[in-house]
Amino acid sequence: MTDASISATWVHRRADPTWLVRLFDSKPFLVIICLLPAVGLLMTFLTYPLGLGIYLAFTDTTIGKRGVWVGFENFQYLLTDPIFLNAVFFSVFYTSVATVGKFGLGLWLALLLNNHLPFKSLLRAIILLPWIVPTVLSAIAFWWIYDPQFSIISHLLIQTGLRETNVDFINTAWPARWSLIAANIWRGIPFVAISLLAGLQTISPSLYEAAMLDGATAWQRFRFITFPMLLPILAIVMTFSIIFTFTDFQLVYAITRGGPVNSTHLLATLAFQRGIPGGQLGEGAAIAVSMIPFLVFATLFSYFALARRKWQQGESND
Amino acid sequence: MTDAAVRAETPTSATAPPETMAWDSRARRMVVLWLPLACFVIILLFPFYWMAVTAFKPDAELYNFQQHNPLWISSPTLDHIRLLLFKTSYPHWLKTTMMVAVGATFLSLFASTLAAYAIQRLRFQGSQYVGLAIYLAYLVPPSILFIPLATMVVQLGLFDSPLALILVYPTFLIPFCTWLLIGYFKSIPYELEECALIDGATRLQILRQITLPLAVPGLISAGIFSFTLSWNEFIYALAFIQSSENKTVPVAILTELVTGDVYQWGALMAGSLLGSLPVAIFYSFFVDYYVSSLTGAVKE
Repeated sequence: MTDASISATWVHRRADPTWLVRLFDSKPFLVIICLLPAVGLLMTFLTYPLGLGIYLAFTDTTIGKRGVWVGFENFQYLLTDPIFLNAVFFSVFYTSVATVGKFGLGLWLALLLNNHLPFKSLLRAIILLPWIVPTVLSAIAFWWIYDPQFSIISHLLIQTGLRETNVDFINTAWPARWSLIAANIWRGIPFVAISLLAGLQTISPSLYEAAMLDGATAWQRFRFITFPMLLPILAIVMTFSIIFTFTDFQLVYAITRGGPVNSTHLLATLAFQRGIPGGQLGEGAAIAVSMIPFLVFATLFSYFALARRKWQQGESND
Repeated sequence: MTDAAVRAETPTSATAPPETMAWDSRARRMVVLWLPLACFVIILLFPFYWMAVTAFKPDAELYNFQQHNPLWISSPTLDHIRLLLFKTSYPHWLKTTMMVAVGATFLSLFASTLAAYAIQRLRFQGSQYVGLAIYLAYLVPPSILFIPLATMVVQLGLFDSPLALILVYPTFLIPFCTWLLIGYFKSIPYELEECALIDGATRLQILRQITLPLAVPGLISAGIFSFTLSWNEFIYALAFIQSSENKTVPVAILTELVTGDVYQWGALMAGSLLGSLPVAIFYSFFVDYYVSSLTGAVKE
């Protein structure tokens, strides 16, 4: 083959592409085409509804009736509504207690799993189950476990002689609240444990060796190596956990539906109850929108409080 | 298995006096490691065990703890499952849920693969900010959006249609998948694409023949994650679907099977068990992908 023939075919191939192919090779066009599906879907079904929700919160829209702008009327009414105030209280309480429980137990489980264990991947698979299974379905199982008459926990407690009567899990306000928190912790532990385990495994063993040579105790190794090295990942996991616990809907809706006497409503379940079956779209949207400040605050707090240390150490901030 | 754990163990036992402490450390390991671990596993699995036991118990045993051991089944029965499969539209609900989950998964995989490719590989001005914006979208919880979305769905004429769910689910799937895939694309050497460019491949050929085949593990992880998330989704399905026929499994069990004051616990538990099985089986095939996607996305 001569040089001429090679260059001839080469030139031919480069001249061949049609305008369509050339269009798909131009970078600006390609960027737009590639981003269009994702950005389009998110704009239509996320950004626009977010704006619409904030707008609805300032109107008196009901199902089947276009609302008019009423300013802060919905919020003023809500601030005098004891059910709403109770929902705010319970949302904050639920989130804080459940987060502490989830992270305490999850971190403990992660530290246990970080040991040298047989069947480690099987164990990890089993532990993730509560996270995989649809929350509503495991919530129904909890509902059955919390049954006033046929609760298995009551039965076992009576059998072992720890109690005389059935435990009242969900029929009065405070026990119902604690039962819901327990179910939420149960569901949250796997996610926290597996994420933190991933963080634990990235910590270099040489740090522990150095500490050991210096005579650090197990507690000191945890306090001065494990914990600080885990903080960045802890901050991210905690942000997610707080957001999704605060806006939780499924567990409460499946187990108590906000009862007894509205004492276990979270903001999300109250917004649903007022908005969809109740038809008060404007008021429901106002309840949903009132979650936003809490979420922004929780995100900023957990992110800056926990992630600050990383910047102080002068590591690259990615 | 980390080396850290192994190495951390060794010096501790070396510093301890030999002989006596060997037994002591085994007993200690039993108490500080195996005992709590066993408690965790039992508590985490108990609801599923209880679900399964209830699903196969005849009613007589179900409500009589005195004469039958509640933790075991003396005479297993398939009555509850038969009731579920033949007296209710459970098979139909399963089909709808499967369709919605698969549809939403493919839609979000398609959209997020392209988006991740554009952000990570086509590196345009401000690509970082687009990535950040998509990430922030993940922080907007469905509980805030369902009321305005319900009004939108009604206006679009999609109320009570599974199509509404297929279109809406990507809002929480795309941010996650995009971030996961950005991470995967980052791990593919850029040189491979440069070689292909020099050889005269077009951008689309590169994406199809080089980048995508190399990103298959990432695509699988994103797919599994999307599938389980859409299977488990509840609030949108509850708000947008009204007719019994079109409900998804989680919603249908809670709204169709819970009727009156006397709950059919056997059928409820059988329904929950059957509704959990598809995700659990699907998940068990791909556990490692699932774990890597969960932890990978967190590390990003």
